[in-house]
Amino acid sequence: MPSDSPAPIHADEVKKIAALAHLELGPGEAERMTRELARVLAYVRQLQEVDVSMVAPTAHAQVDRQPLRADDPRPSLPHELALREAPVVSQDGFAVPSFVEEG
Amino acid sequence: MGIDASVLDRSVGDLARLVQSGEVSAVEVTRAAIDRIEARDPALGAFLTVQADEAIAAARAVDDKRARGEALGKLAGVPIGLKDALCTRDAPTTSGSKILTRRARPGEPDLDPARGFRPPYDAHVVERLRAADAVLPGKCNMDELAMGSSNENSAFFPVKNPWDLTRAPGGSSGGSAVAVAAGMTPAALGSDTGGSIRQPAAFTGTVGIKPTYGRVSRYGLIAFASSLDQVGSFARDVRGAARVLEVVAGRDGRDATSLDAPVDGYEAACGRDVRGLRVGVPEEYFAEGLDPAVAASVRSAIDGLRGLGCTVEPVHLPHTRYAVAAYYVVATAECSSNLARFDGVRFGLRVPGRDLGAMYDATRGAGFGREVKRRILLGTYVLSSGYYDAYYLRAQKVRTLVRRDFEDAFRSVDVIATPVTPTVAFPLGEKVDDPLAMYLADVYTLPASLAGLPAISVPCAPVSPGGGGAPLPVGLHLVAPPLHEARLCAVAHAWEQISPARGLVPPGLP
Repeated sequence: MPSDSPAPIHADEVKKIAALAHLELGPGEAERMTRELARVLAYVRQLQEVDVSMVAPTAHAQVDRQPLRADDPRPSLPHELALREAPVVSQDGFAVPSFVEEG
Repeated sequence: MGIDASVLDRSVGDLARLVQSGEVSAVEVTRAAIDRIEARDPALGAFLTVQADEAIAAARAVDDKRARGEALGKLAGVPIGLKDALCTRDAPTTSGSKILTRRARPGEPDLDPARGFRPPYDAHVVERLRAADAVLPGKCNMDELAMGSSNENSAFFPVKNPWDLTRAPGGSSGGSAVAVAAGMTPAALGSDTGGSIRQPAAFTGTVGIKPTYGRVSRYGLIAFASSLDQVGSFARDVRGAARVLEVVAGRDGRDATSLDAPVDGYEAACGRDVRGLRVGVPEEYFAEGLDPAVAASVRSAIDGLRGLGCTVEPVHLPHTRYAVAAYYVVATAECSSNLARFDGVRFGLRVPGRDLGAMYDATRGAGFGREVKRRILLGTYVLSSGYYDAYYLRAQKVRTLVRRDFEDAFRSVDVIATPVTPTVAFPLGEKVDDPLAMYLADVYTLPASLAGLPAISVPCAPVSPGGGGAPLPVGLHLVAPPLHEARLCAVAHAWEQISPARGLVPPGLP
């Protein structure tokens, strides 16, 4: 696909992106998002008018790069405190559903 | 016995002095704030949670410190509202989102900010406020995860504008703005990614400062777009906002982008002579889409600056028209990455699923609201293979051009003056189904955000909305080169002394 004319977004694409972003969409939500995103993307497309051929990108508007802090060990979050807000805890750790096949 | 609640209408500096001298106690001031929140907030919705006991205990500690003969800090006994995106070790923190809220147990209401995430630490700015002897009575409502311009995206309830309860207070720091506008706290902290302090300040007739990117540590601020997010202050006057900013600004090693530059005397700059300062007016900001009454109010404020001895000259910011598009690519790309941390494992909501992936999908699907989902999708799209160059890389290049426009303009002027918003506060519901219209409400604040520049909103003459009705607040937007917050305070303060908005407060507050 030529990079200067992105295609309008389709519902299948929205569903694919939603899967990449780990977002479950409810009934009809993908279709509504497709319509809304299509409008926003149509607006954003005006960026194509700008001549940026000789321009470097700005990732950050920081005026000065700061030196890194000293690499000294310091106390970290106590174990119990780190687990305090976890929805499910098991054997002193964060519990998650299985994600490897056992065999 | 409580003291007269009107003590809360005193300026930040006056209030701190009264507490420092012992004329009023911090406990009395804090009780007055909690009483005001109880009386006024049910109609406004500015606070998600109120920490009355913790605030009284903190106030008592300030009074005890004074009784021991110790010097009190610059914000002694001053109640300050905190945007709920700021982590607090003694108060739930939701960032306006269901995803940072523990799942309801049987019999509990479906949505309750009191079930919010309990951070194990304070944000850097919260530590600074406590160290300055401020009192923190509550967490302010906001658009979910700081995404929105009307506060209607709060997962819990919307915030109403105290000038007209049918209108939006602006966003995303709408609760912080309303806490100050309605006299519930004399100052508040918010965060500004694309206008989230300045736009609600303009809509509520308060002063709001967004400092230079890196001026204030983001440690403990729940991230939206990390190359843009900054914490800043609200108050009823420039001096108050300046004092609070002075307390929270400065280097913090826990935020790698935090700047080491010395913090100027922002409050001391208030009252400084502004004669001879050069004010640039970009005609691109007075073009199509700007309400003529708002334009007239802002132009009249610029004339006021001329009357104070400033010189006024035109400047050009030719890439202004591309700022909204560039911002909504850059900010959504960053948010799609930042929000990956909300996965139902370590904190907040979890919705069970048959395997790990299904648990992520269900948790995020149920925990995020419509606007946040839309932005995650847009951000994922512009970063995805095949679109990265056309959208994300290109937007970053346009960001360079927007930044260069300002650099060129600041070669000939000291500050730039523009409107904050194209209209006065719009009716609740008006833009909620039209995301693009909502995004365009930030057209004048986004360019300074992309360039990382400090900016302030200070009230100018109120105007009636199109269609008539009582006059509503309007903001004058001043933008300065990096780290020139003191200059912004000087110019805004000078204008404030002659502004027709001076001393105006919302009518009919109980």
